[in-house]
Order: sequence, then structure tokens, then C-alpha cells
Amino acid sequence: MADALPILLWLVPLLPFAAAGILAFLPDAAGRRAAPLAIGAIAASCVCAFLVFGTTLGGGHEAVAHRAFNFPWFTFGEVPLQLGLLLDPLGAAMAAMVTFVSAWIFVYSIGYMETDRRFGRFFGFLSLFAGAMLLLVLSNSLLLLFIAWELVGLASYLLIGFYFDKPAAAAAAQKAFITTRIGDLAFLLGMLWLYSDAGTLLFYDNGAGLLESDALASLAGITTGGGLAVSAAASLLLLVGAMGKSGQVPLHVWLPDAMEGPTPVSALIHAATMVAAGVFLVARMHPLFSVGAAPDEVAPALAATAWVGAATALFAAIVAVGQNDIKRILAYSTISQLGFMMVALGTGGMGAGMFHLIAHAFFKALLFLSAGSVIHGCRGEQDIRRMGGLVKEMPWTFLTYATGMMALAGFPFVFSGFWSKEAVLHSAEQWPGGHGPFLLAVAAALLTAFYMTRQALLVFFGRARKPGVLHPHESPASMLTPMFVLAAGTILLVVVGTPAWPWLESYLAGHPASLDFGALIRPESLKLIALSLALVTTGVGLGWKVFQREDSDSTLPDPIEHRTPGLWKALGAALYFDAFNNAVVIRLCALCGALAAALERFFFLPLLALGESLGAAFARITGEADHRALNRGFNGVCDALRSGASATSRRQSGRPQTYLRAIGIGMAALVFLYLWISW
Amino acid sequence: MLILFLLLFPLLGAALLGAWRGANPRVAGWMSVLWSAVPILALKAAALGYDPGVPLAQWHLAWMPMAGMDLRFEADGLSLVFLMLTAFVTPFALAVAARVGNGGRAFGALALILQAMLFGVFTARHFIPWFLCWELTLIPAWLLIRLWGGPGAPKAGARFFIVTLAGSIAMLIGFLAIQLVAGTMDFDALADMAKDGQLAEAFSESPGGSMALLWVAAGIFLGLAVKVPLVPLHAWLPGAYAEAPSPVTMLLTGLLSKMGVYGFLRIMLPVFPDFLHDRAPWLGGLALVTIVYGALAALAATDLKRILAYSSVNHLGYCMLALFTAAVPGAGESAISAAISGAVLQAFNHGVIASTLFAGVAFLEARSGGLRNLNDFGGIRSRTPVLCGLMGIALFASLGLPGLAGFPGEFLIFLGVFGIRPVFAAIAALGLLFTAVFVVRLVKQVFNGPLTPAHAAIRDLDNGERAILAPAVLVIIAIGVLPQIVLHWSNPWTVWITDFLQLIP
Repeated sequence: MADALPILLWLVPLLPFAAAGILAFLPDAAGRRAAPLAIGAIAASCVCAFLVFGTTLGGGHEAVAHRAFNFPWFTFGEVPLQLGLLLDPLGAAMAAMVTFVSAWIFVYSIGYMETDRRFGRFFGFLSLFAGAMLLLVLSNSLLLLFIAWELVGLASYLLIGFYFDKPAAAAAAQKAFITTRIGDLAFLLGMLWLYSDAGTLLFYDNGAGLLESDALASLAGITTGGGLAVSAAASLLLLVGAMGKSGQVPLHVWLPDAMEGPTPVSALIHAATMVAAGVFLVARMHPLFSVGAAPDEVAPALAATAWVGAATALFAAIVAVGQNDIKRILAYSTISQLGFMMVALGTGGMGAGMFHLIAHAFFKALLFLSAGSVIHGCRGEQDIRRMGGLVKEMPWTFLTYATGMMALAGFPFVFSGFWSKEAVLHSAEQWPGGHGPFLLAVAAALLTAFYMTRQALLVFFGRARKPGVLHPHESPASMLTPMFVLAAGTILLVVVGTPAWPWLESYLAGHPASLDFGALIRPESLKLIALSLALVTTGVGLGWKVFQREDSDSTLPDPIEHRTPGLWKALGAALYFDAFNNAVVIRLCALCGALAAALERFFFLPLLALGESLGAAFARITGEADHRALNRGFNGVCDALRSGASATSRRQSGRPQTYLRAIGIGMAALVFLYLWISW
Repeated sequence: MLILFLLLFPLLGAALLGAWRGANPRVAGWMSVLWSAVPILALKAAALGYDPGVPLAQWHLAWMPMAGMDLRFEADGLSLVFLMLTAFVTPFALAVAARVGNGGRAFGALALILQAMLFGVFTARHFIPWFLCWELTLIPAWLLIRLWGGPGAPKAGARFFIVTLAGSIAMLIGFLAIQLVAGTMDFDALADMAKDGQLAEAFSESPGGSMALLWVAAGIFLGLAVKVPLVPLHAWLPGAYAEAPSPVTMLLTGLLSKMGVYGFLRIMLPVFPDFLHDRAPWLGGLALVTIVYGALAALAATDLKRILAYSSVNHLGYCMLALFTAAVPGAGESAISAAISGAVLQAFNHGVIASTLFAGVAFLEARSGGLRNLNDFGGIRSRTPVLCGLMGIALFASLGLPGLAGFPGEFLIFLGVFGIRPVFAAIAALGLLFTAVFVVRLVKQVFNGPLTPAHAAIRDLDNGERAILAPAVLVIIAIGVLPQIVLHWSNPWTVWITDFLQLIP
């Protein structure tokens, strides 16, 4: 087993990569064979991931908790650069989740993409996406993590723009790539900073790694501008990278548009891959983020994480209330939930943040697949104002959707979302840095229940508001099965995350969990459980009161629109972030380009022309001088020379052969002169 | 023997092509492709037995000893990187030319002469043979632009010629002064003199005084900087790249621009380290301007070849930034090594990536009747998935996507530069951002979106065209995954120059 372990670990990312590589050479026509190959690869990868996950169970001491498999990538000068894979609870849990959720999304895609001409290409890109994400979570080097991070970005670019002939999809892909690229550059700079002060990018390397005590202590000991330690400054840069990938304000703008990709892609992006990467980065780098602060103090990078997360959670929850596209609502809910994860990590709740990430991966994938089923059933309709009453036509979809919706809204006890959100709030409440993030998160949780109630009501209840004769239909079994599996996962995950048996948290921290039902009724637990209950009840109740309707008119204004049209407009425009970017950022970028073009045209080219005419004038003068000197000095001897020189002086045509001859002759003359002198 | 082979074999091919009157242009074109590819095998064979301790090959002829004129050639690891690039890009460009109809007897012969002269530039260790080869690259290049180029080619070609020549004159004067003062024009001898301060001493005792050395260094700097080019000496480039036929542009950007980079590595750093040392902040600033300005100008351009031309300016700006930063006094060992390795790797990668991109443009032009504006296309990906896929790989390599060739070079450059001047790295990162913007915009405008009716019948790459692009794309992927392939060659030299630079007070 010990020898097989590195091989198994490598197989986890390499199997999907291999599938992607093979599929790249398959022509579109051979697409049908792609699905078994891609699904086989991800399923095998899933088995490997669970096997390596199994080896991390049982806790243990520090040395076993981080098993690193390093190898040299290249050498520059005499300095070797190492990369590596890492097996630890955090990465193993992520790998297990990613392979499992991805595999079911792959299965779902067979049905969803059935009629697509580029079916094979789609599975190739999906495999690349999954492989890159797996490499990311298993990486033992910030550089390898960055490499995988960029490949995740590439795959998301290809998949968001999968329907590349749709202008909106092409634009969304471009927007996703460039927005996340801004974050990536901050990540790059942070990484460079760490290397230049720590001399390594490996996380764990027998005590010499970046996340081990020696390097952490030295990074925390170097202060830089503003009194910030290098560890904190680099952490902040990495945080900006994480904000780009995980859609934190203000770099969230790409995520709502990303739903231009096929629905399984949305499910993958919002759940298992891509957005989880940013949160994972913060979790992975948590030792660096937190180093240097005394026990009761708040590390600046973590404080920033908490505040960014809290602001994002509330902002996206507010905006989600005012959206009408079924996937766009879910997209904003993802942004909001990512904010919760950041709050948890920022306030020190590693276990809570990761639990919420994994639980969210299940129920958000479930919600997207259910939404895809709804869209599939309604033949492409995405506007929830034109749905309604679907509970009758699509009962199974309703069931799975309701599971995801209740988990997201935080319905009590049997849904993992309830416990994970409770854990996040618990972590935020305990935070010594203040109550701000906690209060923002509470408000966001309330709104989550509110807008999800709205969505559920408009899609599944009331009367059908879809004009026309198209009858919604239930989706095929290949789509429903993954939905059932994920629904089951959403509920079963409860087992590992309640305060009674906080297995996941203990597992990540590397010590065994103990069963203690008493923890449920401890005052601090009870207080938060009560708060969570109050939030979800209020949110759902309010939502029901405001949005419940029985008409079949799809053109009626929304109740909020009816009361405050101005607010509704602002919400619909997502509080004008896109408008601001279009008006200012993109224009600024274009202006810089135009400035460069003008500089080229009105400065550099005239400069070149000036240089050329100066050169010509100079040549004329020297030519004339040569002409006279030669006339006087070597008259009769150098006829050939003279005619060459005078030709130069007469013909200032800019013809290169003339100049060349002059140079040759001049050179010969100089050489001759030199020989003559030095002999 | 290797050196003589490299210098004479392409020339022999050129002579044969010249003598072969009445040859079928297609046959002659493909013969030139095969002929120019033979040096790859010779170099590969030599590289297999490469021992870092000894030179790969040398050849020496005392031509005019009393004048200090030596025909001394020597190939080491650094040379090997550039020789391989030359051996690879020349047949690549000739194959594209043969495919799109530029090829033929004269074209092949000129390209082979160019190849021989480039081999000379990358192996000469004495100024005279180096300069001869340097100058003699100009004539075939200029003829190739002039004879096969677009309507603006005569003017653009003349500009290219004159500006380079002006730089060359500055270098020539500089080296003649060096010969007079120091008594040698051998690069290695001069590097030794520079190392223990003899060169500066000799100049301070000369009639010109210490200022003369400054002028000499400035002149040589100018000659090299024009070739790379550094902003503000770049204005000749976009016109020349755009007006030259695309296969010739492949040679210009893939190889001729590397002469400048190589000159900086081989001559400027070892012989004039003080010059770079003293002006490091200014030169670094110049490189930053080149990076950001190149990327912005690419953003503003709409002609595909001009976009790629400015993108070349931007990419070579990173090489220059690394070089100039490595010369900052007091730089650390690993940072210098990273910066220098990055510059070498980036030069090689850029040669392959940029020539692949121009090859793609050549194929695009060939099937669109010469159209090559950003807005002339749209949505052709549904018709040309393979062209789009291969171009896409090269485009993403050029924006530095990990897994492809562009990344390791740029990463090393940033690693080195950040270790010495963090602010420079931060500013240069802006260039990465703008590059990403114009690359994805190019993909969106040309390949994505609804299919333009005018190109509804555009055809994808045929097997021949795929076979031409495939080796380059394979190299791009191979180096992205295993950059050691190239670094293995340059590392011994990197170690040497790192030690050298650290000894400069």
C-alpha cells in the first residue's frame, strides 16, 4: 500500500487529464464514444480518490498528516525548482468531493447534451476541468497549484464559451477569463514574494516547506511597507487571487454571466470546480494567513478575508432577490454562499468553511442540475416569471430541487446546509475581531431563505404562466439519477457535520472526533440553532407572504417592483457593477490602447522619419567631406573608392544597397588604415 | 566540424538552388525545406553528447593576426539554444512559404543564406566574423521582404534595412575603438578584461578617457537594442512585420529579433556589465515601457500581423527586463540565475510561438484572399476547428498559460525580477494582463461569435498544413511541460554569467 500510494495519488488528476488528451484528437463525429471514456476516467479517478482518502482516516500525528511526494521540475542555473503532490485531510476530502460530484455531473451531461453536435468536445473539456481541479487540490506546491489554477481558468473559459457562436457566450467566456486573470496576477505576485523571501514554494518539505514553522516564522518576521509582515502582505495578494476565482466583490462580475455555458458546466463551476478553488486556496494557505498574530489578535489577512466574505455574502443575497433568470438567481446565491465560506475561514473556522464548501458543492450542483432539468423540461425557458405550477408536471425534479433549496435556505436539522451555515455563523460570532461580519452574514442568511422561497414559489407553485402550448415534461432517468444521488448526499452529509459529532472538523484538524450529543444542547449551540431557526422561518415566511400568487399572467410586475420600482431596477442591474465596468474600466482600457496608437502614429513614427532624414543629411555632409578628402589625398589611386563615395553623396535615395556599399568601403578603408598604422 | 557544417551546408544548398535553373518551384521549395532541416539532426547529434564542461564545437582560423582579426567560432550551451531555434524555424517558415505559394528557388536560396549567417551570428566569438554574419543577414532578409512583400514592402523593407544598419554602424565604430584601445575584439578576451577592470583601465589611459568607454558601450547597446527592439527604437518593426510576407515575418520575429537578445547576452552582459550596472534603473524602466507599451499598442491594433508584431515587442520586453534587472548591483545568485534562464527560455519560446502564430495567419490569409483584419472574420471556428485549436494553443502559450511554452520562461523572468526589483515585476504584470486581453479578444473576434457569411465556405487545415504546424505545437507543449529540455543546454552558461555578474563590484 505504501508504494502504491503515490501512484494512486497521481492517478487522481492524471486519469481525467488523459481522457481529455485522448478526446482532443477525436473528431466531432466520433463524439458518442466520448461519454463512456470520460465517465470511466472520472469514475476510476473517484475510486482512487476515495482510496487515498481512506488512508488519511484515523487521524494521526503531524508527520503522517502531510505526506508529500516532491519531485524536481527543472533547474535554472544551479537552483532546482521542485513541485509535488500532497496527501493530507484537506486535499483528500476535497479530491473525494470533487471526483464524486463531477462524476455525477458527467453522467447527467449524457442526457442534457444528447443532441449537441460537439458532444465529444464537451466531455473532453469537462475532463480537463476536473483534472485541473484535482491537480489543484492535491498540489504540494504553490506553483503547481497556480499551474492547475490557470488550467481551471482555461477549462472554464472553454466551457463557458462552449456555444461559441452565441455572442453572449463568447463575451461571457472572455469576461470570465479576464476578470479572473486580474486576480491571478495578484496571486502570481504573492507567490513571487513568498519565493523571494522563503526560497521555496513547496508547502510541506520535511520542515523546510512554506507552510511549516520555520518558513512561517521567518516570513512573519520580515516587515514591509506599512508595517505589514511579508506573510500578511503575500496573503493579501493571494486573497485577491482567491477573490477572482471565488467571485468575491468586486471581482464577482464574471460569475453570473458564466451561466451562458451549458447547465452541467454551471453545476461544475458553481459546485465542484472553479469557484471552490479560491476558497480552497485560502484554506490551504491558512497557516500563512494566520501566522504572526497572538492568540487573541486578529491577523490582518484573515480580517480582510472575513470582511470581504461578509460583504459579498450580503451583497449577492440582496441582488439575488431581484433576478428573474432561474440560473442567475442561483449564480448570485453561489456568490453569497462563497462569501459565507470566506467568513468562516477569515474568522478561524477552518472546519466550518470546508464543511460549508463541501455541503454547498452537493446542494448547489443539485440545484443547478434541477434547474437544468426545469429548463430542459420547459424547452429552454429560463425566466421564472414564465414558469409556475411545475410541481405537477415535474414531480421528481421538484423533489430534488426542494431538497437543494431547503439546504441552501437552511431548513433545520435534516439538511447539511443548515448545519454548515450554523457552523459558519458560530465561527463568525466567536470572532474576536468584531461583530460586523457576523451581522452581515446573519442578514445574508435571512435574505437567502427569502429569495429561495421566491424562486420555489414562482417555478413550482401557483398556476402555469408560460404562454403557448408547450407542455413541460419530466427529464429522462440519466438526468434524474444524478439528481437523486446528490440529493441523498445533501442529506447524508449532516452526519459528519453536526456539533454532536463534528467529524469533518476533527478530521481536517487531524484528531479523532468524539460523539457527544450533549454538545447540541450546550447554551452556545442552542443559541445559534435558535437563531438559525428564526432566520429561516422569517425568511421563508416573508417570502411566502410577498411572492405567493395564483394568477397566470407572466407580465405582472414583481411585488417589489410594484412597490419600489427604483430599488427593483437597481437590483436587476446587480447594483450597477457591470455598468460601472463598461462605462469606466473598459473605456479606460480602450483609452490606454488608443493613447498607445496615437503615440505610435504621432510620435514614434515621426521620430523615426526625423532620424532617417537626419541620417541622410549627415551622410550628405560626410559624403561631401570624403569626396574632397579623397580628391586631395588619393587622387587617381582610388578611383573606384571615389566614385563609390560620391555615388553615396549624390544619391540620398534611401536605397539600402548604396548604404551597404558605403559601409563596405568605409570598413575596408579603416582596416587598411589600421594595418598601415600598426605595422 | 559542426561549425563549418553549419556555416557551409546551408550555403551549399543555396548555391545548388541558384544553379538549378528551370527547377519546378514546388520541388525547389520543398527541397529547401528539407535542406534547411538537416542542421536539426546535426545539432541534435551534437547535443546528445553535450558535456557542459567543454565547448560543443569550435573552429578557429587566424585570418589577419597582425590586425587582431580572428575567425573564431565556438558553440556552447547558450549558442545551442539559439542554433536549435534557427534550425527549427527556418524549415518551418520555408514549409509555410511552400504551402502558401511564396516558395521557390530564389526564396529558398535566400532563406538558406539567412540561416547560414544566423548560425554564424550565434557561434562567432570574435567581433569581425560576428559582425560580418550580422550584416549579411540583412541582405537576404531585406530581399525577402522587398520581393515577396505587400504594397508597402519597399518602404518598410528599406526602413528595416536602414535602421538596422544605423545601429550596426554604431557597433562597428564602438568595436574599432575597442580594438585600438584594448588590442582585441575577441568577446571572451574582452569579458576577461572587463571582469578584472582592465578594460576600463585601458580606456581611462586612452586619449578618449573613461567617457570613451561609455560612448562605445552606448553605441553597441544602440545597435543591439534596435534589433530586439526596445521602445523607442521599435518604430520600424510593425511596418516590416506587417508588409513582409507571413513566412518571412516568421523569420524576422522568430530569428532576427533573437540576434539582438543573443547579442545582449553574449556581448553586452559580459563585456559591458558596468554600463548596465550603472544604468540599471533607467534600462529597467525602458524595458517596462517596452512591455506595457507593446501590449497596449497590440490592444489598439486591428491588423492581425500588427497585433502579433506589437505582441512580439511586448514579449521581448520581458527578456530585456530580465537582462537589465540581472545587472542590478547586489542582486542575489538565485534571482540572477532565474532572470537569465528566463530570458534565454523566453527568447527560444517566443521564437517558436510567434512563428507558429504567423504561420497560422499565413494559412488564414491564404484561404481568405489576403484578409487579415480583426473584424474581417468571426465565427470561423465552426468551419475551421483544427486551425482554431492549433492557433489557440499558440495564442494561449503567448499569454503565458501554464502547461505551454510561454509560462516557464515568463515565470522565471518574474521570479528573477521580483527577487531583485519587486516594483518592476509588479508593473510588468500589467503587461501580462493586457496581453491576456488582446489574446482573448483576438480569439473572440476571429474564431468565436456568429459565422460571417463571407467565410461560410472557409475550409479547415488540410493534412499537409496540419503536418506543418504540428511539430511547432508539439514543441510548445513539450517545453511547457518539461522546460528542462532547453534549460539543460543553457544552464552551464547561466551559472557562469551568474558568477560573473556577482563578481562585478
